[in-house]
Amino acid sequence: MHDKTLAALSQALQSKTISSVELTQHYLQRIEQFDQTLNSYITVTADLALEQAKAADARIAAGSATPLTGIPLAHKDLFCTQGVRTSCGSKMLDNFIAPYESTVTARFIEAGAVTLGKTNLDEFAMGSSTESSFYGPTRNPWDTERVPGGSSGGSAAAVAARLCAGATGTDTGGSIRQPAGFTALTGLKPTYGRVSRWGMIAYASSLDQGGPMARTAEDCAIMMQVMAGFDAKDSTSVDEPVSNYTAELNAPLKGLRIGLPKEYFASGLDAATADAIHAAVKQFQTLGAEIKEISLPNAELAIPAYYVIAPAEASSNLSRFDGVRFGYRCENPSDLTDLYKRSRGEGFGDEVKRRIMVGAYALSAGYYDAYYLQAQKIRRLIKNDFLAAYEQVDVILCPTSPTPPFKIGEKIDDPVSLYLTDIYTITANLAGVPGIALPAGFAQGLPLGMQLLGPYFSEARLLNIAHQYQQVTDWHHRAPAGY
Amino acid sequence: MQWEIVIGLEIHAQLTTASKIFSGSATTFGAEPNIQASLIDLGMPGTLPVLNKQAVRNAVKFGLAIDAQIGTTNVFARKNYFYPDLPKGYQISQMDLPIVGKGFIDITLDDGSIKRVGVTRAHLEEDAGKSLHEDFHGMSGIDLNRAGTPLLEIVSEPDMRSAKEAVAYAKTIHSLVRYLGICDGNMAEGSLRCDCNVSIRPKGQEEFGTRCEIKNVNSFRFIEKAINTEVQRQIELIEDGGKVVQETRLYDPNKDETRSMRSKEEANDYRYFPDPDLLPIIIEAAFIEEVRGELPELPQQKRERFQREFGLSVYDASVLSASREMADYFEEVQKVCTDAKLAANWVMGELSSLLNKEGLDIEQSPVSGSQLGKMLLRIKDNTISGKIAKMVFEAMAAGKGDADAIIKSQGLEQVTDSNAIENMLDEVLAANAGQVQQYRDSDEAKRGKMFGFFVGQAMKASKGKANPQQVNELLRRKLED
Repeated sequence: MHDKTLAALSQALQSKTISSVELTQHYLQRIEQFDQTLNSYITVTADLALEQAKAADARIAAGSATPLTGIPLAHKDLFCTQGVRTSCGSKMLDNFIAPYESTVTARFIEAGAVTLGKTNLDEFAMGSSTESSFYGPTRNPWDTERVPGGSSGGSAAAVAARLCAGATGTDTGGSIRQPAGFTALTGLKPTYGRVSRWGMIAYASSLDQGGPMARTAEDCAIMMQVMAGFDAKDSTSVDEPVSNYTAELNAPLKGLRIGLPKEYFASGLDAATADAIHAAVKQFQTLGAEIKEISLPNAELAIPAYYVIAPAEASSNLSRFDGVRFGYRCENPSDLTDLYKRSRGEGFGDEVKRRIMVGAYALSAGYYDAYYLQAQKIRRLIKNDFLAAYEQVDVILCPTSPTPPFKIGEKIDDPVSLYLTDIYTITANLAGVPGIALPAGFAQGLPLGMQLLGPYFSEARLLNIAHQYQQVTDWHHRAPAGY
Repeated sequence: MQWEIVIGLEIHAQLTTASKIFSGSATTFGAEPNIQASLIDLGMPGTLPVLNKQAVRNAVKFGLAIDAQIGTTNVFARKNYFYPDLPKGYQISQMDLPIVGKGFIDITLDDGSIKRVGVTRAHLEEDAGKSLHEDFHGMSGIDLNRAGTPLLEIVSEPDMRSAKEAVAYAKTIHSLVRYLGICDGNMAEGSLRCDCNVSIRPKGQEEFGTRCEIKNVNSFRFIEKAINTEVQRQIELIEDGGKVVQETRLYDPNKDETRSMRSKEEANDYRYFPDPDLLPIIIEAAFIEEVRGELPELPQQKRERFQREFGLSVYDASVLSASREMADYFEEVQKVCTDAKLAANWVMGELSSLLNKEGLDIEQSPVSGSQLGKMLLRIKDNTISGKIAKMVFEAMAAGKGDADAIIKSQGLEQVTDSNAIENMLDEVLAANAGQVQQYRDSDEAKRGKMFGFFVGQAMKASKGKANPQQVNELLRRKLED
């Protein structure tokens, strides 16, 4: 059963070839079997899942099912799920049972999807390897010595190892696309404002965006149909009609103009990845696309700008974790200052503390103009680069990361080299444009990813292009050995 | 050395909106702790703020009322600091682009003169919760009912030159926000709170002295006392060769002193930055015009109209327009009796002292405006004298009905029949024959003094009902005979 895509499972459920309870039990059994090694789940909600599966089967029998009814999914453990621990991969929230449901998970529940559990992530989504989680690193099913990417590495590993049919992720600087690339999945980072952030615990509010991670573009389209849409509870949510993502999957690519940003193919890019993308370029040409070299001249400024803006917002967003109302509280505080210092000192991990300090520094009196304001100016330049590029081309094709998945522990003591792994993904977050990552091949058995970036609200087009590519390639159908 | 006092005020007005500024929770005062605190007010992870439009409308109203520029692009900023009653670890406020820009307000001073005070800006922000330090045995309780209540922080220019001016300004703002219906002005419940920035400088010096900020002064009386106490402290400090240090101070009304809370060095670096959860709010010109159309007649306009239409003095017009309720009452009295000056005298005199004595607001007055107006008509048509009117007024206040009924049932009509008055006077004079003789033997100056005695006797004999003018006239004639 687990070798089927989400779309295929959906058909099997609708035609009652399988039941949601059977399917759910199957995935729960696989989690039991494989997740000791992979550590992709922080919390498995078996009872809840079976209950939902039963209800889903009833709904299918009653004829009121949606394409997601009965589909077992996993959610990144920063989407609040009512009555279920929502930890953000942090000791700080190890005891936090969310008292409400995030908009994204609520929409999946309403559609009848089953929640298998909550997946691992870098603590508070701060990282690119899922190594900074309080619950330990997640392993990449393609090579368990290697990282699955991050921060949505738990979701990536779970989908790649077939421990769920699809999963949610969030992408602040590449946290959906980079792990999708590291695990041969398809992952969509929507336009900023397309998916509600209500109930999604914030890392960097102006960059965070939830999206689907699944085996294929079609699977992502099915999930995206449920996730997208205006939400009055999120002031940054955009009131823009939602496309019919699945209906547009089959549009032909003839005349599509694809841009290759020269800055993204310069030094630092792994040769195998470059080769894989050039091969993909040929495929797209065969499908009728025109290829054009373009320039995103300010791309090299993206990392420094990101590592000012994201920590600045994080330093403020994480102030609420003070040991007073929820989350970790130190033992026997002697006074208020002690309560703050020790609760935060003991509750947060090193990377979170590092980013809080960097962010607080960037916002402090006397430095604000030099760092935060300057970074905002760069952000505008990068956005303008994209707007100019989209006058010449419809979408931009580039790698998701400079190298294939690296080894666990390889970069953990060198934050800057870890930060640099996001070099190709961060620009889309700064500009707010959507991007889809999809597998482009393998090198020595390790997945190589590529991404397509499009103009605002072009998710349907991106899914369509990825789907068309997946009709003529089979990278996305390959499974890691043993799973 | 002659010192000049320089004062600027920051007034926090809680806006009367049904729900909080960024959440749907109710804002009612006095509810059981934490029952009006939603997920958003608690700063729950993953929650997001959504701006309450009514708060914006209220702020725009205020801006229009002080002739200020309304900020068309509004940016909310986060003011970061840690405190247990600040759930998110930051307060959503406005920094660079406030909703209300530079404006002004005219205040009436005790001598009846008008002074214009500049308003630097007014911005929207959310209130914090409350820390409760009693009843928790060495711990603190947190009540987040107030967290997220909309506040308008109104910052004045350093234009006030005495504690009295500062109070007059605070009262004018208080009156204005109540006129506009944007704040209930209840200072005891903290709906209007005031921070006073105080400095002194040698008279004639242009440069400002170092200022101290007195936080959270919550009554007009305390504003005056706190400022005077602080001014005295600063004068003594400087005259003793010391220096004022910029700091935040607290006023202790029990000891009538201000105490240092934190110095400038200890002040928080609030790390303001635009709140990424709230997009800039664009206020359209059409919205501003719509709000302008909803503005009531404002205190200053009312005062000017009272002066112009009714010929009242600046002082009387200011007192009568100080609150909307007072002005409405006065206008009702005036409309019924058609004598503005008489109405003004009674509203500011007998009625005000009655309300003061009973501790009532004018809207709780036991005598309605039309009741008072009808009684004043009886003064005007000579049915009763001013003196009898006071009796009638007291009877009305005691709930004994309208003036006409009281006058009738108690037989208080003025006696205007000259025959009857003459007869009564004859009796009075006969009963005081000795004094009459004395009067007639005296010179003009002495007579003047004695005349009052006979008037008094006559009024007493008539139980105050004789028309005083007629008594005067007839008495003079009889004594001259």
